[in-house]
Amino acid sequence: MATVKGILGRKVGMTQIFDNNGRAVPVTVVQAGPCRITQIKTPETDGYGAVQLAYGAPSRVNKPMTGHYAKSGGDPARHLVELRVDDLEAFDLGGEIKADIFEPGDIVDVIGVTKGKGFAGGMKRHNFKGLSATHGTQRKHRSPGAIGACATPARVFKGMRMAGHMGHRRVTTLNLKVITADAERHLLLIRGAIPGPKGALIMVRSAVRIRQRGAQRQAS
Amino acid sequence: MNPTDIVERPYLKTDLPEFRPGDTVRVHVRVVEGERERVQVFEGVVIRRRGSQLSQTFTVRKVSFGVGVERTFPLHSPMIAKIEIRTRGHVRRAKLYYLRSRVGKKAKVKERRN
Repeated sequence: MATVKGILGRKVGMTQIFDNNGRAVPVTVVQAGPCRITQIKTPETDGYGAVQLAYGAPSRVNKPMTGHYAKSGGDPARHLVELRVDDLEAFDLGGEIKADIFEPGDIVDVIGVTKGKGFAGGMKRHNFKGLSATHGTQRKHRSPGAIGACATPARVFKGMRMAGHMGHRRVTTLNLKVITADAERHLLLIRGAIPGPKGALIMVRSAVRIRQRGAQRQAS
Repeated sequence: MNPTDIVERPYLKTDLPEFRPGDTVRVHVRVVEGERERVQVFEGVVIRRRGSQLSQTFTVRKVSFGVGVERTFPLHSPMIAKIEIRTRGHVRRAKLYYLRSRVGKKAKVKERRN
C-alpha cells in the first residue's frame, strides 16, 4: 500500500463546477494547508508510528507549546493533529505539506466533526416515524412509541434508540474523489459533501479502505 | 461575495446575452454522439430563471407536434454553445408556469415594446 498522506484544512463551502463532459459536479471547497510536521512519533519512543501536523494561524500559545513548536524549527500554529503512518522515512521534521500531495482523481477520506444538532428527538435522530397525526393521538405526534415489552424482560434493552444528543461527533467520510488540487492557492476540491459546518477544521487523508472497484479505477 | 466564488469564477461565462422570462430564445446545445459533436437548436419561451452564479439555470418551453416540451439548462454550462434572443416578451410574472395550462393564441407572450 502506498504511503498514507494527509493534510489539515478548513471547509470553505460547497459549489458546483463543470467537468470536461460539460456535466455539473458537486464539490466541496477545502482550504488545505500549508501544514508543517512538528513531531514524528516512532514505535521505539512512542509505541506507534505517526506524524503530527500543525495548521492555522496561532492563538494564545503558551510557553510549553512554544517550545514544542520551536523543536521543529518554526512558528506556532493553531491546530495539532496526528496522522498514523507506518512509513516514517517519507516524512521530515519541519517539512511542509501542501495541497499538491494529492492529484486530481485521487481517492481520499475526509475526517471532521459534524454540525451539532443539540438534544434531538427520535424522529430527527433515528428517522423514527413518530405516531399518527390523526386517529386520536394526543400530544404524542413525535414520540418514539414503545421502547420494549412488559413484565418480560421488565427492563429496556441497552442500546435502545432514543432521544439524545445528535451531531458534533467525529465522522470520517470514506472514498471521496479529488477533483482539483491547487498548491498555490491552497485549495482542494473534493467531490461530494464532507462533515462539519463551514470553517470547520478537517483532515483530508488518502483513502484507507478503497473498494476493489475504486482501486482498479485508480490504477487505470 | 461568497467564499467559494474564487473557485467558480473561471467557469463563469462573460459573453451571455441578457434575457428574461418571456423572451423567446434559440439555445444552441452541443450534442455528443459517439465521436462526433454537433450543435442542436432548441427554440422556445423562457419560463423560468433560478439560482445565482454558476448554478444558475433557465427553462425553455416550446410546443412540439402538439406536445409541450420543457428543457432546463445550466446557464454557464459548456454544453451551451450560444444563446440567441429572437423576441423580447412582455410579462408580469417571473415564473411563467401559467403557460402550461394554455393552448393556442392564449399561450402567446406579447412582445415587449421599448
